[in-house]
Amino acid sequence: MARVLLLYAHPGHRHSRVNRALFRAAREVDGITAIDLYARYPRFDIRIDDEQAQLLAHDILVFQYPIFWYSSPSLIKEWLDLVLEHGFAYGHEGTRLAGKKMMLAVSAAGPETAYSPEGYQNFPLRSFLSPMEQTANLCKMPFLPPYALFHALQAPEDRTLDAHVAGYVRLLEALRDDSYDFEAADSLAHVSHDTLPIRAES
Amino acid sequence: MDSFLLTAFLFLAAGAIAVPIATRLGLGSVLGYLIAGIVLGPVLSTLGVDVVGLQHFAEFGVVMMLFLVGLELEPRLLWQMRGRLLGLGGLQVAGTAGLIMGAALYFGQPWTIALAVGLVLALSSTAIVLQTLSEKGLMKSGGGQASFSVLLFQDIAVIPMLALIPLLAMPEMTGHAAEAAQHASDGHGDTHGISLNITEGLPGWATALVTLAAIAAVIGIGSWLTRPLFRFIAMANLRELFVGAALMLVIGIALLMTMVGLSPALGTFLAGVVLANSEYRHELESDIDPFRGLLLGVFFMTVGALIDFDLLFSQFGTILGMTFGVMLLKAAVLFTLALVFRLRGADRSLFSLGLAQAGEFGFVLLSFTVANNVLPEALADRLLLVVALSMLFTPGLFILYERVFAPRNVEAQSRDADEIDDDAKVIIAGYGRVGGVINRMLRANGFETVVLDFSSEQLEILRSFGNKVFFGDATRPDLLHAAGIEEATLFIIAIDDKEQITGLVHYMHKHYPQVHVIARAIDRHHVYELYAAGCRDIIRETFDSSVRAARSALEALGLHPFEAELRAKSFTQSDRKRLADLAGLYDPDIPAHLNEAYVARSRQAQEEERGELSGKMRHFSNRANRGWVPPSVQDLQAEMEASAPEER
Repeated sequence: MARVLLLYAHPGHRHSRVNRALFRAAREVDGITAIDLYARYPRFDIRIDDEQAQLLAHDILVFQYPIFWYSSPSLIKEWLDLVLEHGFAYGHEGTRLAGKKMMLAVSAAGPETAYSPEGYQNFPLRSFLSPMEQTANLCKMPFLPPYALFHALQAPEDRTLDAHVAGYVRLLEALRDDSYDFEAADSLAHVSHDTLPIRAES
Repeated sequence: MDSFLLTAFLFLAAGAIAVPIATRLGLGSVLGYLIAGIVLGPVLSTLGVDVVGLQHFAEFGVVMMLFLVGLELEPRLLWQMRGRLLGLGGLQVAGTAGLIMGAALYFGQPWTIALAVGLVLALSSTAIVLQTLSEKGLMKSGGGQASFSVLLFQDIAVIPMLALIPLLAMPEMTGHAAEAAQHASDGHGDTHGISLNITEGLPGWATALVTLAAIAAVIGIGSWLTRPLFRFIAMANLRELFVGAALMLVIGIALLMTMVGLSPALGTFLAGVVLANSEYRHELESDIDPFRGLLLGVFFMTVGALIDFDLLFSQFGTILGMTFGVMLLKAAVLFTLALVFRLRGADRSLFSLGLAQAGEFGFVLLSFTVANNVLPEALADRLLLVVALSMLFTPGLFILYERVFAPRNVEAQSRDADEIDDDAKVIIAGYGRVGGVINRMLRANGFETVVLDFSSEQLEILRSFGNKVFFGDATRPDLLHAAGIEEATLFIIAIDDKEQITGLVHYMHKHYPQVHVIARAIDRHHVYELYAAGCRDIIRETFDSSVRAARSALEALGLHPFEAELRAKSFTQSDRKRLADLAGLYDPDIPAHLNEAYVARSRQAQEEERGELSGKMRHFSNRANRGWVPPSVQDLQAEMEASAPEER
């Protein structure tokens, strides 16, 4: 059993369809901790000690957020700035997070084809996530390929959202039950509901 | 009686005419008083006024000044100053006295006279220098602090000098010494010729014992007796009783010191230091200050009036040469000390120029030396002129400092401007529910605050919890002055009386426009009044908490906490915008309902609010509806088509 911490951030929660559905389902998963960061810190007054203690009590950290202007919501940045302190998360003697895993669950409005040198977004999705990846590296945390949903605005219309939500629940359960195949996942740029590398229950 | 009134009128009139003119011309009040005195001199001598006696009386102003200086100086600060006090002060007195003695020996004076002259001229003028420094706001500068250390040391050094001088007299003439010692040990007090010194004829050990007991008594009175006394007086709630009690305290201590043969200035200084931590400090300051000002004014005028122009003109060259020689020598010693003690730039020149004169203690010592037959009368008369002239030139030196030395160093000093001002002084009026929170938060962030409140009982309670608060009605200008409103960076009005808040804002805007004022507003309408009175930092006392309560309500009704936060921000923003608009239109002279522009704008505001609530108006775009709205599917489609036309 791995202890999974899910930190969800969406400043436009009211307008959200994809992320709201994802988070609602994630909250129902037994044995993981699911936190709505914007509900916990509506005024950005992050309690650093509490957040660090919570991090230490978990093995896998999942950030769930929509990509907006090629980045994370500002509260995630604030959280990283404050919680991942020097001497705690990185730097000399800052090894408290070493060995824990970090994973992102993100949604992008554009289709997957847009995220390539030929597409209108010009870069692959992973390059927009590289700051998070390097953050994990610096904290000596293995960075798992993200669970990504493209064309997120269309998803509620064409039923991919239901599959994506169900896949999200399976992912969180597999992380919790140590049945997620990290090695197999590493060969992928990102994972989706139909490519999740989950081992059969032994 | 008539002649007393006439004298009083002459002095007051001369001061009232000369000082404003001098201040206007940038000469400072001290020079104004001196000039008034010079003009007054012939009149006074025709009327047969005892100017010397008057000067002795007016010297009590110096005693009061040192009491006030003590009030500003907490014991902790005094202890921190000990190095400079002994180092700077001791070396200045020893160095100057030695050099002047050497010069006098060179001119063929016997060593006893030379030493006496050196001691007399080593002292500087506490009255002029402190008055000028605080007038020009230089007290807190490095040069001001150093000057103060030296002056304080000199004031203390007068006591051993008074003991030493009789020993310099010719042995066969010491018969007069006892009488003279008594006269001189009155120091700045006025004894009217009655001997009050109870140590006379006591053996040495008893004198020491009595002296120590007197000092202990001053500290004891200051520490334990004043608080119950003032609390008792506060019950009567009469302003003049406080003034009377404060005067009683100062005069009483001066008297006690005179009785044991100590300097009254030193005694009241000590009492001031003891009371520096008391909550009645600012009240005492504002009560004593006018008396100090008037007495010092009279003192300076007597200095001017006592200048013996006949003697001066008959030996013009000699006396002027002596004066410049003394001042040059003193400045040189001070400059050397400034180098040794690492004073920088403008501070060094302020220190060297400011203390280059001889002082009022010089007058005291001179009459003492004559009485002790240490100095021949002719020499003493000339020295008297030197002292007076050097004091007369001092304001000129300060002007020289301001015009020549200070501007040159402006650049060096303004370099630190972006740092947080450690000396930032915050005055908070009112220590209730509002002022208390403000004070706690500022102090928690390391800012010094001065809190004024006029409930004696409440202060007692607050003090017992270790809060630093002072007794006094913050709406009284003189108390604000005593609390240091001139040097304040920030003044926070946290009292709860609507009219008094408005009155204070008016007063501050008119007299101290440079001080930032944060005012507590009772309601919307009060905001308009404060805005019209010139305040631009107005805080409605219940607005923020009401908005928070509404936000809590939205959360309780099921809104996402961040959504509730956005709506609270949005509400606050548009409310403040409307408030600012209306405040600009409000005119205190026209009743609101007759002010057409105001009525029109407030009608419009009501409609906007309704429109916003029903979501119809885009005019005051609601922040809550603007953030984080994703693009539409059509937008994406268009984007894709635009970026890849060749593939089609």
